[in-house]
Amino acid sequence: MDMLAGKVKKTSLNLDSAMNPTDVLERPIRLTARDVTVHYGAKQALHGISIDIPDRAVTAFIGPSGCGKSTFLRCINRMNDTIEGAKVGGTIKLDGEDIYAPALDVVELRARIGMVFQKPNPFPKSIYDNVAYGPRIHGLAKSKSDLDEIVVSSLRKAGLFEEVKDRLQEPGTGLSGGQQQRLCIARAIAVGPEVILMDEPCSALDPIATAVIEELIDELRENYTIVIVTHSMQQAARVSQRTAFFHLGNLIEQGPTEDIFTNPVNKQTQDYIMGRIG
Amino acid sequence: MNALVVAGVLIVLLGISYQTGWSKSRGLVTADGVKVHSRPQYHGSFTAIWAMVPALVILLLWAWFGGGITHNYTVSQIPQDILVSLDQAGLNGAIIRINALASGYGVAGEIAPWEQAAGDALRSFNFLTFAGTLILAVVAGGAGLAYARSRITARLRARNSVERVVNVLLLACSAVAILTTVGIVASLVTEAFRFFTFINPLDFFFGTVWAPNNAGGTNYGSYGLLPLLAGTLMITAIAMLVAVPVGLMSAIYLSQYAPKSFRAVAKPLIEILAGIPTIVFGFFALVTVGPFLRDFGNAIGLQISATSALTAGIVMGIMIIPFVSSLSDDIMNQVPRTLRDGAYGLGATQSETIRNVLLPAALPGIVGAFLLAVSRAIGETMIVVLAAGNAPILRGSPFEPVSTITVSIVNQLTGDTDFTGPQSLVGFALGLTLFVVTLCLNIFALYIVRRFREQYE
Ligand SMILES: Nc1ncnc2c1ncn2[C@@H]1O[C@H](COP(=O)(O)OP(=O)(O)O)[C@@H](O)[C@H]1O
Ligand SMILES: [Mg+2]
Repeated sequence: MDMLAGKVKKTSLNLDSAMNPTDVLERPIRLTARDVTVHYGAKQALHGISIDIPDRAVTAFIGPSGCGKSTFLRCINRMNDTIEGAKVGGTIKLDGEDIYAPALDVVELRARIGMVFQKPNPFPKSIYDNVAYGPRIHGLAKSKSDLDEIVVSSLRKAGLFEEVKDRLQEPGTGLSGGQQQRLCIARAIAVGPEVILMDEPCSALDPIATAVIEELIDELRENYTIVIVTHSMQQAARVSQRTAFFHLGNLIEQGPTEDIFTNPVNKQTQDYIMGRIG
Repeated sequence: MNALVVAGVLIVLLGISYQTGWSKSRGLVTADGVKVHSRPQYHGSFTAIWAMVPALVILLLWAWFGGGITHNYTVSQIPQDILVSLDQAGLNGAIIRINALASGYGVAGEIAPWEQAAGDALRSFNFLTFAGTLILAVVAGGAGLAYARSRITARLRARNSVERVVNVLLLACSAVAILTTVGIVASLVTEAFRFFTFINPLDFFFGTVWAPNNAGGTNYGSYGLLPLLAGTLMITAIAMLVAVPVGLMSAIYLSQYAPKSFRAVAKPLIEILAGIPTIVFGFFALVTVGPFLRDFGNAIGLQISATSALTAGIVMGIMIIPFVSSLSDDIMNQVPRTLRDGAYGLGATQSETIRNVLLPAALPGIVGAFLLAVSRAIGETMIVVLAAGNAPILRGSPFEPVSTITVSIVNQLTGDTDFTGPQSLVGFALGLTLFVVTLCLNIFALYIVRRFREQYE
């Protein structure tokens, strides 16, 4: 408990601790989106989104509920393909390669771009099998011991190993909400992605579990490009280096997190930051 | 006629009492403007309940005891000297004749004067008791109405009282459902035990020869269950072999692959298949499938009888396809979308997602659906009557005629039955066996389905 309380304090230091003096955009750009539109049937959910997402940094999407944050996130790993009636326009490139190109293998793309969902969704299998699932379907492990190693190191990176090392064969659904979400992060990491998308990963968790995950995101930033959707501005401020503000399907403003929160240019962004847009 | 009069009187009473309560309640509102606890509808219902319950109780009491009282009265109208000369059958005959005279239907043969007198007396007795009961019911209802009306004040919690009555009513209805089931089971059990006084249960449950002697007499014949059970299980197994793969695949296609527009057409269409009367499937088996199988067997050098376990099983399988596919489809749709997203998000293909995530998650529910389908197949009768060949012989080949438990029940209970010998009582023993088997399957299925539900809250 003391340890957890320490974590809460540490991550709630906010802003300055996470900030680089120089904008992270000066790093290589992993993802570029240009004029991305999404229609659900006749309804247009996104109106021309253009954004660059830098390597090994956390980019946060904020904005009121229903403004299209999740929709845009799902464009990045083509999860919208699984929704009937969803149509995506514009271009998104990962390392300069168009991910909507007809020749592109969606299955491989999703292995490179992992995703963590709003509600923890472990498979009704054992903890071990949850993490091993991705490596198994992609044939990443040559032997049982390879697989063991991937599972253990993924659980370690997700900060879950110590808590579950004695019960790897127990069902993943038996863990607490926060542990389940870290299991889902471990599951995503196990495939060896370069980018991790997180859609409100803490919205179903209590404050302590949230703090643990935020800490984890901060660590993962060393090795992964992370995009996180959150409706909590405090969370965006705590974990991200860049922030993009969405409103009604438009990207209103983007920039270094510090600038967005202390010095927003756009009136709508100001209103949202000040709590005037719900 | 009488029933119409009673119904008419009750409806009038209902209308008057409701109206009385309602208008008194309205009066409360306009007169003193105080806040009335319940709305007028509730005061109306409250009054109506108070009026109807006593009236109905009196009518029910008469319905319950009136028959006995009338019987005693009729007997008392038969002159003493004639009464002593009658045996039980003669007495029953006399009562039937007197009743016929009283209701004016007329009787065959000569009418003795005492019969005529008794008939006349019974007629006026019937009229008096009917009118008396009805008047008593109306008076009791009126009293209830007056009492309820006098109790209506602004503070009367009629709304809560009505709620309690609704509760009782719902309880009574579910009691009817439960008690009927209990009654049916109880009668099955008692009659089955009567059967076992004729036939040793061991000979029934483990006998391998089914040859009831329906001619009567003291040679009852042989009542071995095993040939029937074997036939039932063989046909059910064939049916499941047809229905499970086809039903499951179509459910997977419908819930995972089919575009919405196709699904909107196909799902109701499959469910219509479930609405086809089983006798129609029976024709289909007899006229189309049976001959086809026989010819097909000839072509490949197999001796397949036109009416056989195979014919009945295949057609029964077709019949329960919609059952399996519709239930499995619903169950697969219940698997949370987030779970599928989790697999897609890791780069699983659609078929991998279905095999590794969707089916395991839905499996308990699907197994439950299968078990329900099995119990449906075991109890199915019409198709088997027509297509299985009705040959209650223990054999292992599905290409030959067999018989099932349900068919044998039909055979034993059609025609003249008096339920005094094992020939007809065996129907109850067979019914009980069938009931226990399907009950166990259903309980097992419910248990599995429930476990599935808990998995996702
Ligand atoms: N599967 C869908 N079908 C139709 N409309 C959708 C679907 N998903 C989202 N939408 C609509 O798209 C808009 C953006 O939704 P979403 O991206 O979920 O917003 P956010 O994540 O910012 O709360 C909303 O108006 C929502 O109603
Ligand atoms: Mg969302």
